[in-house]
Amino acid sequence: MSNAPVDHGRRRFLTIATSVVGGVGAIGAAVPFVASWMPSEKAKQAGAAVSADISKLEPGQLIRVEWRGKPVWIVKRPQAMLDELATHEDKLRDPESEVEQQPAYAQNRHRSKKPEIFVAVGICTHLGCSPTYIINDFAAQVEGVKSGFFCPCHGSKFDMAGRVFQSVPAPKNLQIPPYMFTDDNTILIGEDEGTV
Amino acid sequence: MFKNLMSWIEYRLPFMDKMNLHVMQYPAPKNFNFWYFFGSLAMLVLVNQILTGIWLTMNYVPSAEGAFASVEYIMRDVDYGWLLRYMHSTGASAFFVVVYLHMLRGMMYGSYQKPRELLWIFGMLIFLVLMAEAFMGYLLPWGQMSFWGAQVIIGIFGTIPFIGEDLTLWIRGDYVISGATLNRFFALHVIALPLVLVILVFLHIMALHEVGSNNPDGIDIKKDNDGTVEQTEADKKFTFHQYFTRGGKKVIVDAIPFHPYYTVKDLLGVAGFLLIFAWVIFFFPEGGGYFLEAPNFEPANALKTPAHIAPVWYFTPFYAILRAIPHPFMGAVAMFAAILAIALLPWLDRGKVRSLRYRSGLHTANLINFCISFVALGVLGVLPAEGVYTLLAQIFSFTYFGFFILLWFYSKNEKTKPLPVRLT
Repeated sequence: MSNAPVDHGRRRFLTIATSVVGGVGAIGAAVPFVASWMPSEKAKQAGAAVSADISKLEPGQLIRVEWRGKPVWIVKRPQAMLDELATHEDKLRDPESEVEQQPAYAQNRHRSKKPEIFVAVGICTHLGCSPTYIINDFAAQVEGVKSGFFCPCHGSKFDMAGRVFQSVPAPKNLQIPPYMFTDDNTILIGEDEGTV
Repeated sequence: MFKNLMSWIEYRLPFMDKMNLHVMQYPAPKNFNFWYFFGSLAMLVLVNQILTGIWLTMNYVPSAEGAFASVEYIMRDVDYGWLLRYMHSTGASAFFVVVYLHMLRGMMYGSYQKPRELLWIFGMLIFLVLMAEAFMGYLLPWGQMSFWGAQVIIGIFGTIPFIGEDLTLWIRGDYVISGATLNRFFALHVIALPLVLVILVFLHIMALHEVGSNNPDGIDIKKDNDGTVEQTEADKKFTFHQYFTRGGKKVIVDAIPFHPYYTVKDLLGVAGFLLIFAWVIFFFPEGGGYFLEAPNFEPANALKTPAHIAPVWYFTPFYAILRAIPHPFMGAVAMFAAILAIALLPWLDRGKVRSLRYRSGLHTANLINFCISFVALGVLGVLPAEGVYTLLAQIFSFTYFGFFILLWFYSKNEKTKPLPVRLT
């Protein structure tokens, strides 16, 4: 054991150096623990695009397709429904779909590629419940509007283009997923021309 | 022989000395009333949760495919499985009942005031971890309400600007609540959070024993030994651990040893509690749909939202505040602020007199306002958010926060009654 006087500068340097190196090591060691919480390769694969056959879809009918575990609605809107979209825009929060809740090709009044085919993620933008499709009986929710979507959790209301009405908890229009038509009767949800 | 063994151990690990310090020679104020049952009852419920929880894991299957069926299996096929499950699920509600009453006790008698701030903070951390523990536990039966309740609560994190979306993806480990979410919640619920909880409870008690228990009069029982303190015959009867007298610097008055006096008293509380607890388990295990909600007897279904989603009753006061604010993120902020405000009580309350008994009528009225607001928000939290209910939730959120703001203002120069010198 040496009796040399304590070199405080050297001791402080060694303490700080050890702490810094140890700290970097701790952060590095934390990476696998944090990263392992991200979706696994399997989950990512399960999140891939799904296709749906729309040849048998009747006017006014809604079908649900599961994409990434979420319900995706496909509705074939008759002309009367499409005409109605223009009549209540003063009651909507975001009639022009300015908030980015849709791919660019769905930023229009009917919020879709083909006007009659409506595709949307059927999850309320408030806290994630799935709204109910109310056909021809929606006037009880919003006066003068025939059809729409009503969320049973907290009472949010959407029109037939998934646009949210004013003074409900949901802040945004329904989300439109990326999609494309692979032929006249088949729709691929989760991928579009831009992502391929 | 036994004595030798004991002293052999004592020399290497002063077990008896620590027992004396924390139990047999621990000075507790002599005037504890029934409000002081709830601390020990919380410990009892914690033991109940850990024991029944361990036994439930022996038959529970933590996977999206097997979870719901395994809970049914426990309920129907495992001997006494129904009892273990109901003890655990009712225990969760009982935990919040005793913890809320324990917290109210602290507010009534000013137990958060100096020097018990850190003790209060540990208590609030326990409360937070308990809420996380209860939330994750509720997902495990993988019923409809498990699934959609979790959807709503995880959705709260999604309202955080910029990082919200990625944060919820990270929490779920999938694009939707799935088996991945269930498995990690299971791991956190049965290992990580209980460990944290037990450590926090240990720190809570250590912090308590350092500063000593408050009491309904809110005055100190450890007086400075300046020669003016007179000990009565009763005071001289007991020996307290020398640690508390700080080598003669302090004189302890109006105190009794924790054991046997309060162990026996708490035992009475335990008996009363178990009477009610057993009655609920045997006759109302679902608590009328408030302890276990009806949709939870249906397996989770991502494509079908239950008509009405309400959290379990112990979350509803905070949930009502969340919904009262029309903006999702600000609602989440308000909800966390509602909890944070309680944690900040030691600094929001600028008064020097602790107990309700010697504080102003205004303070009593304000505390009653707090209780009414809290209960009203709890009721509104289970009701659908529409029309007048939303307005009421906004009013009671206002009065809830009003309690803290008012307290800060009047407590500085509050007109208080004179404090007694000794416990009454």
